[in-house]
Amino acid sequence: MSEARTAVLGEIRRSLGRPEVDREREAAAAERIAAHPRGLIPARTDLGQEGRVRLFIAMAEQVAATVARVGSMADVPAAVADYLANLNLPPHLKVAPDPLLDAIDWSARPLLEVARGGAAPEDEVGVAAAFAGVAETGTLMLASGPGAPTRLNFLPDTHVVVLRTAGIVGPYEEAWDRLRAMGAMPRTVNMITGPSRTGDIEQQIQLGAHGPRRLHIVLVDTPDA
Amino acid sequence: MQPTSAAFKQRSRQAIANPVLQKALQNIRPGFQQKRAKAVAQLPEFEALRDEARDLKNHVLAHLDVYLQRFEAKVQESGGQVHWARTAGEACDAVLGICQAAGATLVTKGKSMVAEEIGLNSRLEAAGLTVVETDLGEYIIQLRHEMPSHIIAPALHLTKTEIAAAFMQAHVDLPADRPLDEPRALTDEARLMLRQKFLGAQVGITGANLLIAETGSTVIVTNEGNGDLTQNLPGIHIVVTSIDKVVPTLEDASTILRLLARSATGQEFSAYTTVSTGPKRRGDMDGPDEFHVVLVDNGRSSILGGPTQDVLRCIRCGACMNHCPVYAAVGGHAYGWVVPGPIGAALDPGMIGLEEARHLPHASSFCGRCEEVCPMRIPLPKIMRYWREQTFTRKLDPASARYGIGAWAWLARRPRLYHWTTGLAARTLGLLGGRRRRFKWLPMAGGWTAHRDLPAPEGRTFLAQWRAEEKRRARAGAP
Repeated sequence: MSEARTAVLGEIRRSLGRPEVDREREAAAAERIAAHPRGLIPARTDLGQEGRVRLFIAMAEQVAATVARVGSMADVPAAVADYLANLNLPPHLKVAPDPLLDAIDWSARPLLEVARGGAAPEDEVGVAAAFAGVAETGTLMLASGPGAPTRLNFLPDTHVVVLRTAGIVGPYEEAWDRLRAMGAMPRTVNMITGPSRTGDIEQQIQLGAHGPRRLHIVLVDTPDA
Repeated sequence: MQPTSAAFKQRSRQAIANPVLQKALQNIRPGFQQKRAKAVAQLPEFEALRDEARDLKNHVLAHLDVYLQRFEAKVQESGGQVHWARTAGEACDAVLGICQAAGATLVTKGKSMVAEEIGLNSRLEAAGLTVVETDLGEYIIQLRHEMPSHIIAPALHLTKTEIAAAFMQAHVDLPADRPLDEPRALTDEARLMLRQKFLGAQVGITGANLLIAETGSTVIVTNEGNGDLTQNLPGIHIVVTSIDKVVPTLEDASTILRLLARSATGQEFSAYTTVSTGPKRRGDMDGPDEFHVVLVDNGRSSILGGPTQDVLRCIRCGACMNHCPVYAAVGGHAYGWVVPGPIGAALDPGMIGLEEARHLPHASSFCGRCEEVCPMRIPLPKIMRYWREQTFTRKLDPASARYGIGAWAWLARRPRLYHWTTGLAARTLGLLGGRRRRFKWLPMAGGWTAHRDLPAPEGRTFLAQWRAEEKRRARAGAP
């Protein structure tokens, strides 16, 4: 217990006119945290699953992300290869060692050069998997872990994210519930809404400030969605 | 940092005469006001969310000790460390101690207004460390040895010409004839220069927009991705933040996040919102080995429970300054401290002392737009009015101003004398107004007429005109 800690907490309690130990308030706070009640949720996500998928796509495109919707995981290599070829980008992928991505047979598109692992400064295209997509604002949610290096989301110029339609939720609150169900809080949860941008020079928006210059989402239809 | 708020009047005059600043300030309306209005119009629940966020933050402030302790316990549980700091000096000590223990020489930094407030850079630099700001705006002002003029757009006071000049001067290894005329080229050059720093730093320092008691997480909201590169590449991540940022749960954080980007930049959501919890886990492929949170008080606990407590709800979105006619005229530097604009006028006297900051609460026409746009419904004009009263009661104004206000108060409490005097003044000035109906100069009104003409009164006071109109109506038998 540091001196500063005691002093700061003491001053807070003095300002609030509260006693030093207050089990009742501690219990009330613990209860509120355990219940984690939802606040007001915007009505825009009150849609069926297909409606939410469409809202997610529209919102993501509004912030300069691109979206390719494909029928199955087997279509991912073609979606990625076509995207890169259309923009004349190098077909050199660094793919996160995520179980979902490990199952992809990249050899379907032999021109793709695929490496598996974490991000290195020279990587040009990073491929990651999102555990959820929030339809409310077109936001991808990625959790760090042994198969999910966070650097891959920021170092390469091109960020490709694979998301299954079953991962699309309405508001952020549904994604938090999914995260809680996955177990302990990961080191990093990235909520990503479009590519990197800045407005710091004359308030004119420029994409690709420090993070990825472009964000491409490969949305895979899942039958149970 | 050292405040220079006492020089507000002088610095405002300089600001108004500065053509570069005046040109840069023109970007506020299209860059912030119009975008915010559009984003708010797209969310019908926006007003109701403001009420929720206000109530949420009031709840947290009423139990701040409890939520902070819970946050601390969760940070420790996830392998991180919490350092409490009463003052700016203690906070800098904590950060420097961590850097020195790690033998760090290069530190990257995401944008943090709390770090600006505690003067962190100069402290670390004095100890021989190299500190590199990585937010584009912060990087620009670091090259120019300036302080931020806006809390979310620190280089708002500059145009691309000054930024290009700063880059030319700083990046001497690049060809001198390279084109740097456009924001695109400037952004790319900063990206190139800073990429090397991200990769070389031993310590990354970020601020936090929110702290979550439920999980012991810190949350940063950025658009550039610099905050993520800052906190993910070096071995040590230090979060410098203040005690007023805690919320109970991820759901509560979501409520505030729905307001933050829309109010700040008019975005539905910022590009990167990152929730960080502890150091990297066993098996993780990257992430910092150490995670430290420096919790700064620096006067906040004393504001709590007092007449200006509402300022602690602030989420630093900048909407109040983006909609303030005074800020739009003088920019942020005139305010002389980290937080300018209406929230600065309400907050700064409580942080740096009313004596230093006494001009700031007067830098308002009380038009009320700040309160109208504040996502946390902080009654900014009311708090400024409180500070004005304090300035008077504590005799901080010059004697002439105090006697002037005293004389006016004496007169205003004697209605008959007041009406007679104002009636006389209206008649006299009305007669003297001449054909132009304006005064270029008047005795004892030099402060007004130095900058604009004083319109001549119509010859009668409002009350006198009202009575005359009532009489006329009574004669005409009108209702």
